[in-house]
Amino acid sequence: MTNATTGGLRLEGITKRFGSFTANDAVDLDVRPGEIHCLLGENGAGKSTLMNVLYGLYQPDGGQIVVDGEPRTFSNPKQAMAAGIGMVHQHFMLVDVFTVAENVMLGREGAFVLNKERARARVREIGERYGMPVDPDAVVEDLPVGLQQRVEILKALANDAEILVLDEPTAVLTPQEIDELMGVMTALRDEGKAIVFITHKLREVRAIADRITVMRRGKIVGHAEPGTSEADLAEMMVGRAVDLRVDKAAAEVGDVRLQVSDLRVTNVAGVVVVDGLTFDVRAGEVLCVAGVQGNGQSELADAILGNMPVASGTITLDGRDITRANPHDTIAAGVGFVPEDRQADGFVSSFSIAENLVLNRFDQPPFSRGPALALPQIQDNAERLRQEFDIRTESISAPLSSLSGGNQQKVVLARELSRDLALLVASQPTRGVDVGAIEFLHRRIVEERDTGTAVLLVSTELDEVEALADRVLVMYRGRVVGIVPPETPRDVVGLMMAGVPYEEAVASAENPTPRAEAVATQGAAERGEHA
Amino acid sequence: MPEPQTTRGSFWERHGRSWAVTAMSIVLALLVGAIVMIVSDPEVVTQYAYLFTAPQLPLGASWAKVSSAYSALFFGAVGSPYALAMTTAQAAPLICAGLGVGLGFRAGLFNIGAQGQAVIAAILAAWVGFALPMPPVLHLVVAVLAGLVGGAVWGGIVGFLKARTGAHEVIVTIMMNYIATGILAWLLTTDAFLRPGSRDPISPPVEPTAIFPAFYGQFHLGFVVALLAAALTWWLIERSTIGFAIRAVGANPRAAATAGMSVGRITIVTMVLSGLLAGLAGTQFALGPGGQGVPTPLSAGLVGTVGFDAITVALLGRSSPIGIVFAGLLFGGLHSGGLAMQSMAGTPVTMAMLLQALIVLFVAAPGLVSAITPYLRAPKNKSLVGGQA
Repeated sequence: MTNATTGGLRLEGITKRFGSFTANDAVDLDVRPGEIHCLLGENGAGKSTLMNVLYGLYQPDGGQIVVDGEPRTFSNPKQAMAAGIGMVHQHFMLVDVFTVAENVMLGREGAFVLNKERARARVREIGERYGMPVDPDAVVEDLPVGLQQRVEILKALANDAEILVLDEPTAVLTPQEIDELMGVMTALRDEGKAIVFITHKLREVRAIADRITVMRRGKIVGHAEPGTSEADLAEMMVGRAVDLRVDKAAAEVGDVRLQVSDLRVTNVAGVVVVDGLTFDVRAGEVLCVAGVQGNGQSELADAILGNMPVASGTITLDGRDITRANPHDTIAAGVGFVPEDRQADGFVSSFSIAENLVLNRFDQPPFSRGPALALPQIQDNAERLRQEFDIRTESISAPLSSLSGGNQQKVVLARELSRDLALLVASQPTRGVDVGAIEFLHRRIVEERDTGTAVLLVSTELDEVEALADRVLVMYRGRVVGIVPPETPRDVVGLMMAGVPYEEAVASAENPTPRAEAVATQGAAERGEHA
Repeated sequence: MPEPQTTRGSFWERHGRSWAVTAMSIVLALLVGAIVMIVSDPEVVTQYAYLFTAPQLPLGASWAKVSSAYSALFFGAVGSPYALAMTTAQAAPLICAGLGVGLGFRAGLFNIGAQGQAVIAAILAAWVGFALPMPPVLHLVVAVLAGLVGGAVWGGIVGFLKARTGAHEVIVTIMMNYIATGILAWLLTTDAFLRPGSRDPISPPVEPTAIFPAFYGQFHLGFVVALLAAALTWWLIERSTIGFAIRAVGANPRAAATAGMSVGRITIVTMVLSGLLAGLAGTQFALGPGGQGVPTPLSAGLVGTVGFDAITVALLGRSSPIGIVFAGLLFGGLHSGGLAMQSMAGTPVTMAMLLQALIVLFVAAPGLVSAITPYLRAPKNKSLVGGQA
């Protein structure tokens, strides 16, 4: 061990058990000021538990926490904060209806009288110092996710955090926002903060980490240099060789199955969110809808399912008009649907795994007999799909909420793919899912394609688009910017996602000009920042 | 983010603690009730002047007061076959209406309208009972069915309004309660409902052919029907496709809609069934034999406050049909015991209502109960990760 006067944070032999399950097994970790230390591991590897121990949310069963050379015990987050530890959770802990300044003030000591002016000044000051300006008077619920996250970071910094823990910060961000976050993290590091960056995304780790620690099944399995290849990192993390590319044969394209013509969808507020969309998806191909989040992709998916009313235009499936069909009918017509927000739309978390696996077929044979549920069939179905989709659980009667994110998504996909599908609509099917599961989910989607199902995949992750697409439809502000082959260079697709037409994007990408730069960072520029 | 669960809790882990809290709530309610009884009796209170000189006087008086009241309560509830029979008669409508409210809870609906649904059902059942002579058996069946239809329609209207217009069921059911009470008051002024020759707002007696046959004392067919209703409701919730949809809509309406369930349709169906069960409670009042072997004729206060008591029964029973049967029996016992307490020990019947309120208060605040009884408290770490063992 290094000598006791070293600054920063040291975790020594942290052990945390839940009953017979050991979530952290004698974990050592040290994080020095002025470094970004990446904690890499699959969902369920124990990363979040470790950080919750550090933050005083859990009490360790063994080991100790050393901050700036002094052993400390934290029985609640307040004590951890006082010791200079700041945490940005995956799910933000902000009061939506408060302004940025009010949120930053929340929970701070002293004063019945709120000194708003001082809080405002502090938000501006910290924002400018680390290159992440936020309007202190903006109401949190009006801010995009990337800025809300920034408020969380500001909150921690306003509490004089020297050690900053970011728990899966990129899971909710668009590619542009991820770049901005990385800029902020670099600025913080250069100011001498110690940063713990929890993630399972290899590209990001390689881009920003100074040191990498890999966890698997509650243990530290190794350390790596930032130069380590993605394949090697993945192998350390999963414990076996992982194929990051998806093996897929060329698409054997058949007839048009899904035909969308001049589709317009307006949201509840009356704003046109899908604006004259025309495309088709053929049997045996994957059409990826790429775009920055919030450009109408979710509404397109909802409109096809029938969860959102269509203003004009038509949707036909195998020649049958399903424009006005409700979800019950589109599901019956063979539409499989993997919703973007699986927590909210994909399953009932208090229901058992078995019940969730028949959530959209519970009233059809063989899972029902007249008005009664056919429990043996529902159980058999669940056991079969658990085997087939490798759903890791002790019991299919356990509530779905007991599963990790990747396994929850396996349940959703298993439910949809176990039906006879004409069309699979999958939105962000691997968001928040660990590498091992991503590989599996991608393979299953390709297999489904090869049975002659038309696949419409909505994704904001270019990795995923590259891996799965047979054609790429780029969407911007509810319109089609262009439909391009999957080999199209990343920067061209990136520019198209910002609304630049294909020819112009190709020209700009080959010959970068200041103008193209300006367009690429348009989103940032609109908020008056520099990426 | 909790780590994946490796073991499921034992049966005690999952259910035992909540039942223990319920049992403790009853004990605590009895303790608080005892204090209230002592404090509210001036004769006992004056004895406390001698607390330091002759402590046996105030303590003895307190003991005499409390023990006589509680033994009367116990005796009146379960102390004799006759008392037990009376308890079942009091419990039957509570169970039925409690099932209705509990079913609503499972779909995420707060049906405060069991009162109005029971009133409408009582009106229709009683009217069939006194105005439409029919052969035995058939008469009872038709009268009960009329009540069920009345309750179902009264609840269904609320479900329809919610599904179509988004009107909140709490507001609408409260208004429907007023309307139902108003209809009853008005009907009792009309020739069709007013007892001939009577100037009081009271209906003619129900024909003997439409009365729930009694087996012993007040123990009558209505209680058996209530138990059957509980069994059917359990089956409906846990084993039927409709119940699956009701539970899904209650737990996550967005996921239910995405899976193709019609949230509006399920809302209507649930309110119809909830109203039907509350209606069954109304028929218990209209057609169940009272102390004299005949039902109380239809009048303004016939169903009492069954709709509101039903909410507490459903809460105490944690919306499960089995729990509701026990909660209904407990409150039925408190009702019948309270009457005995009043006549035998001179303690007002409101004491029974106080006990009922205290039990619900303690059950609704499990944190309070476990603070008083620390051994029921969940270990801190376990509660943080959602009760995994």
